[in-house]
Amino acid sequence: MSEAAADAALPATRRGTRSRAPSGRAARWHERLIELGLAGAGFTSILVTIGIAGVLIYESAGFFREVSLAEFFGETEWTPLFADNRHFGVWALVSATLTTTALAMLVAVPLGLLAAIYLSEYAAPRTRKIVKPALELLAGVPTIVFGYFALTVVTPTLQPWVPGLSGGNMLAAGLVMGFMIVPMIASLSEDAIYAVPQSLREASSGLGGGKLETIRRVVVPSAWSGIAAAMTLAVSRAIGETMIVAIAAGSQSNFSFDPREPGQTMTGYIVDISKGETPTGSLEYQTIFAVGLLLFVMTLVMNVISHRLSRRLRAQTRA
Amino acid sequence: MRHPIDLTANRSGLLAERAFVWVCRLGALVPLAVLAWLLARVTADGIGRVSLSFITDPPSQLDAAAAGLGPALLGTLWLIGLTAIIALPIGVSAAIYLEEYDRRSKLSAIVELAISNLAGVPSIVYGMLGLGLFVRALALGESVIAGALTLALLVMPIVITASREALRTVKDSLREAALGLGATRWQTTRQVVLPMALPGILTGAILAISRAIGETAPLVVVGAVAFIMYGPDGVDAPYTALPMQIFQWTSNPKREFLTNAAAGILVLMATLLVLNGFAIWLRNRTQARRT
Repeated sequence: MSEAAADAALPATRRGTRSRAPSGRAARWHERLIELGLAGAGFTSILVTIGIAGVLIYESAGFFREVSLAEFFGETEWTPLFADNRHFGVWALVSATLTTTALAMLVAVPLGLLAAIYLSEYAAPRTRKIVKPALELLAGVPTIVFGYFALTVVTPTLQPWVPGLSGGNMLAAGLVMGFMIVPMIASLSEDAIYAVPQSLREASSGLGGGKLETIRRVVVPSAWSGIAAAMTLAVSRAIGETMIVAIAAGSQSNFSFDPREPGQTMTGYIVDISKGETPTGSLEYQTIFAVGLLLFVMTLVMNVISHRLSRRLRAQTRA
Repeated sequence: MRHPIDLTANRSGLLAERAFVWVCRLGALVPLAVLAWLLARVTADGIGRVSLSFITDPPSQLDAAAAGLGPALLGTLWLIGLTAIIALPIGVSAAIYLEEYDRRSKLSAIVELAISNLAGVPSIVYGMLGLGLFVRALALGESVIAGALTLALLVMPIVITASREALRTVKDSLREAALGLGATRWQTTRQVVLPMALPGILTGAILAISRAIGETAPLVVVGAVAFIMYGPDGVDAPYTALPMQIFQWTSNPKREFLTNAAAGILVLMATLLVLNGFAIWLRNRTQARRT
């Protein structure tokens, strides 16, 4: 039965004059087929999840046959491209990822949380209508643009103020990444604050609490699991952020937590190797999957924690 | 003054309150100021290079002033067209399945968990999936179609989430009315629910497409080439894309190429602005119609 016929069936029933019985069986098959197709589309998400894990594990298996886990997690030197004296200590990359992530959170958490409180508790509806889309605009800027900005604007601006700041540095990359993440924390925290029942606010001011006190002692603590979920998700986003660090943080691996120094993050390394011609199956090629697997696991853990936290918020506000 | 202490306490409380409002306001204003700074600097750096020939000319590795965006723009058009063709039908279908057919079953709970996790996977990891699966295992090579498939998987969670929200805004009474009149589930979905949810679904589609346009990291991994003189001539052709070209110019050691990068960014941002403006207009229009 064609779709046109299925369409024709509806007006017929609408008029209520003709029964659909003759085509009933065909219609049922048609319905089943469509449902199967839709279900198939639904399952792509599961397949993609399995696919990601599968590809990363499969490709890094070769790597971990050659390089021990003890070396991967135990050493602090990362020189897989050297002809001899190669080292595979992933800490040299993780240190840069952690440094830029910490800097980003230092910027994004206070600004994002304050912006959320402002938007949900203080801003007039008209201001809100302007500020919210403007923040969304900030979130929509492609990361390559932030990378350009960090490299050509922020680093030269910081150099006179921060002695010893190199051309590629983790400081500018981390700070700019923080601004990129503000809208995400602001919007998710605002949702959490918005979910706090109005009755709690009223009870607090009824007991004589001022607005500031109500926010500090009632609203923010009640929304806390949602705010924490937003922050965890932001950490995950910062760990996985690529173009800003690839452009502005420098491209030599460096086991250091000094933000003034250049540092290559896990994502930056993957980009760097991918830019060149790396033969399939070589150890260099496999390193990016090993690093990718670690990256995937780190972000997954953060995402799961965030998911749990936001579920807790939902359970709390419903109760 | 009978209660001087009370009054001062009150006044300092008021002052603290006012200061706090300002601190909160700064939380929103400082990021916006940074955005303004970024836009101003990029415009100042690049506006002089934007011209028709910049948009249509091929790139050049030697002469920054003669280089253009032609092949990159064509590549982006191919990439985005294919991504939309792949991601939209599958994403919308998945949303229909979850909202209209299988609400609250165990299975859909698993699908939902998968979607929310996928939304948090870094884009570069999608690139690695694309490299392992499309480029190597399926032997599609470093082609437009491999890039588009990768981007399609990347934006799928956005399409699904937005479509589900749009479907959820359709009142159940309408579904019940259609079903009560003897329409099947699919007839109800196609003729009653989908038309009403369409603007919301379209908004989500535009957001997904804008995300795909700006993505760089996965394309680097699945092998968009850094330098190419022509746009793609088929789904299996090598390609570059707008953000790839910007990335290449940004990392070029010659400083003149940074001007090109800024000009490229202006073209990219203008494209995104038009798309997002359209999405916002669509959203406002449907919200106005509903109320």
